[in-house]
Amino acid sequence: MSEIQNVSRRNFLRTSFAAGTFVLGARLLPTPLWADTGAAVFQPDMFLGIASDGTVTIVAHRSEMGCGSRTALPLVLADELDADWAKVKIDQAIGDAKFGDQDTDGSHSVRSFFDQMRQVGATGRAMLISAAAKQWSVPEAECSTEPGVVLHKASNRKAGYGELAAAASQLPVPKKADVKLKDRSQWRYIGKDSALFDLPEIVTGKAIFGMDAKMPGMVYASVEHPPVLGQKVKSYDDKAALKVPGVKQTLTIPPFTPPCLFQPLGGVAVIADNTWAAFQGRKALKIEWGPSAHSEYNSGPFRKTLETTARQPGKVARNVGDVDAEFAKGGKTLEAEYYAPHLAHASMEPPVAVAEYRDGKVLAWAPTQNPQAVQETIASVMGIKKEDVTCHVTLLGGGFGRKSKPDQVAEAAVLSKQLGKPVKVVWSREDDIRFDFFHSVAAMYFKAAIGPNGKPTAWLQRTAYPPINSTFDVNAKYADDEMGLGWNNLPWDVPNHRAENGPADAHVRIGWLRSVANVYHAFGIHCFTDELAHAAKQDPVTYLLDLIGPARIVDLGAKPDPTKPEDEEAKTYPLDTARLRHVVELVAEKSGWAKRPRAAGHGFGIAVHRSFLTYVATVVEVEVDKKGQVKIPNVWTAVDAGTIVAPDNVRNQFEGAAHFSASLAMLSEITVTNGMIDQSNFNNYKLVRMGHGPKKTNVYIVESDAPPAGVGEPGVPPFAPAFFNAIYAATGKRVREMPLAKTKLV
Amino acid sequence: MVRFKINGQERTHDGDPEMPLLWYLRDIAEFTGTKFGCGMALCGACTVHQDGDAVRSCSVAMKDVNGTSITTIEGISSDGLHPVQKAWMEIKVPQCGYCQTGQIMQAIALLKQNHNPSDQEIDTAMSGNLCRCGTYQRIRAAIHQAAKELA
Repeated sequence: MSEIQNVSRRNFLRTSFAAGTFVLGARLLPTPLWADTGAAVFQPDMFLGIASDGTVTIVAHRSEMGCGSRTALPLVLADELDADWAKVKIDQAIGDAKFGDQDTDGSHSVRSFFDQMRQVGATGRAMLISAAAKQWSVPEAECSTEPGVVLHKASNRKAGYGELAAAASQLPVPKKADVKLKDRSQWRYIGKDSALFDLPEIVTGKAIFGMDAKMPGMVYASVEHPPVLGQKVKSYDDKAALKVPGVKQTLTIPPFTPPCLFQPLGGVAVIADNTWAAFQGRKALKIEWGPSAHSEYNSGPFRKTLETTARQPGKVARNVGDVDAEFAKGGKTLEAEYYAPHLAHASMEPPVAVAEYRDGKVLAWAPTQNPQAVQETIASVMGIKKEDVTCHVTLLGGGFGRKSKPDQVAEAAVLSKQLGKPVKVVWSREDDIRFDFFHSVAAMYFKAAIGPNGKPTAWLQRTAYPPINSTFDVNAKYADDEMGLGWNNLPWDVPNHRAENGPADAHVRIGWLRSVANVYHAFGIHCFTDELAHAAKQDPVTYLLDLIGPARIVDLGAKPDPTKPEDEEAKTYPLDTARLRHVVELVAEKSGWAKRPRAAGHGFGIAVHRSFLTYVATVVEVEVDKKGQVKIPNVWTAVDAGTIVAPDNVRNQFEGAAHFSASLAMLSEITVTNGMIDQSNFNNYKLVRMGHGPKKTNVYIVESDAPPAGVGEPGVPPFAPAFFNAIYAATGKRVREMPLAKTKLV
Repeated sequence: MVRFKINGQERTHDGDPEMPLLWYLRDIAEFTGTKFGCGMALCGACTVHQDGDAVRSCSVAMKDVNGTSITTIEGISSDGLHPVQKAWMEIKVPQCGYCQTGQIMQAIALLKQNHNPSDQEIDTAMSGNLCRCGTYQRIRAAIHQAAKELA
């Protein structure tokens, strides 16, 4: 529940807003999908300020990494305020617990803050109307607003928000119940095409990313990290490094104490006048590294370990009926195993940060998804209070989950303390790929008992992979936190179903990557579904609709846990098969599925997956030539994400998700030899380039008044299975491992 | 001593002649619109024009800049937006935006050589510029639109 205070009377924001500014602060309760690892204080504030010149300042407390949160939330507030968007300024919040959860992940910025932003805007509008009505001695009910202006039509009077700001700041804040939100039909900005706030700065090169942040007197640092996780510097020789022009000195960064958390990996830093000199100095370092238990880690043998685990019974994540009894009947069954490798995030902007330590306090500028994690990590690593760490958030050159983990910001702070001046730490692309918090490697096993009509009567699925929690707990072996990401919520109408998870050890840092475990879960589940359709000799779309079954709310069986935000969300966002069916039917119609070409080398594949509370069905068309070269002429994707704030941006997110997924489906793979990452740059960690991914992605947004759901991630999961199902349709080859590049099609 | 021009302005550099132009631009001349992405000419984020041709500034040493004229994103239009930038805004190409200045520089160079490129020609010319957000479809559309505007 929001509680809004007129904070201008308390001069609460003296530093941010000029005197006489009308400022509203709302206390908000966010509900993050992905529980943060740190202690969260759920008593945030969100601010709106109107200056006497009519400038409306809205604080964006979520990070901008390309998903549009920094534009969308202020836009919602501005709509209810009836602000003139051209006069809106966005002020990026520093990391501060008063904002509540600022970890921009889990596709939940709009979902968690939509209602609250509306409330803040509407309250501001009500107070401006009240101020005008008093001034004109007319009833408030006779006043209305147009962007930036209060009107009294009967007497043909009007006043700009700026003119009313001072008077409004003296008024008591109306109770929530007394503030009327706009009717949907009155929205000016929500649901209409809007552009990213930062678009002009982006196309002119003026936008400030983390890579562009600077502080007066700063030096540049590049860090040689231990090649194997957990290795420590035994000794090092920097004589040659110090001879490199521009290199000033070298410093060590202490190794971390497990668990990894977001602590620096440790290593040797080269300090220089510029980035290039620091990079060159690093190449000249001679370092002897100590031992690490992880140097036995090899991804080839590890795959076999995971596959063996996935064949064994694991921890039960969801159980419906009795799959064992059904299998014991001895009828027809189908089994399959799927595998997906580690992946690196490879944001176009590698990790980078500027920090200054002075008098026991740290000031940092960073492209971070989670500025409060910057505060917590630096505080913990340096033994200072988190309130003494100020983190400014720049634009992020991509994030995809990597930039929720601020190890590089802590490196800059640690080095600054040693040097007594501001330090900019720049990771090379090689650092970024080798020292990532990797998307996990996963093996899955599926078994279904097939009934007389081809539909499964029992469905068993097992998965095994190093869990993300291993980054926070050295003993973590089970992926309890990932089960909700497409594993314990299979929406099929199957009477007997069990989902299990087997244990796995982590030997690299594991983290979340755009759509997280949904990537491999969706790959396995939806390809196996397609296998069943073909085994039943049925059309995949018809089969899928039959498998989803009648319109209903799926009983996920779990007892609601009041401490878990996702359980609270289950009430607002029940898993509704009518919506799931609808996106399947819509994408089938739009893609011309029924009339699709059936020529050899040409195939359509479909998958439907709900993630981050959004229903997405995707059809991928592939052409495979005689050399086995694959083209993707078309992708069609139908999206039901409830209420949409910025439809054109949503289309852009889903077009982009198709390319992001095309990379992981076709090309990308991280492998490990003796604990060391084999890949290093875009020559061996491959991403799709223009013309190699989907030629055209057609996005269809379902019009809906349902509460808003996620849009940044949900486009990713259904693409890969739809793609591999299309490969099967085109070639008759069932590929059960990602990426496709590992399989010879001809 | 290396002598050259950036965005029409005379410059000299007497530091490390092996330093890539990218780092001179970013750390010394402070033209930060040109981005660092890979350091190996694999991603195109650092694309600038050298005597009008698109080059990867991460892989051009300062000694090879001598006597040439460099144009960065900051210098492509003296008044308002270049038609390619306008098209980028109208089509709403960017997501995170980090690679887009490199994409725009590459697109401008393409349109100078080919006033009406086909999809295939665009794909070929732009294939050295990575976009992890995956805005390729809109980049292609924006190049077609800019081509019309320039015609």
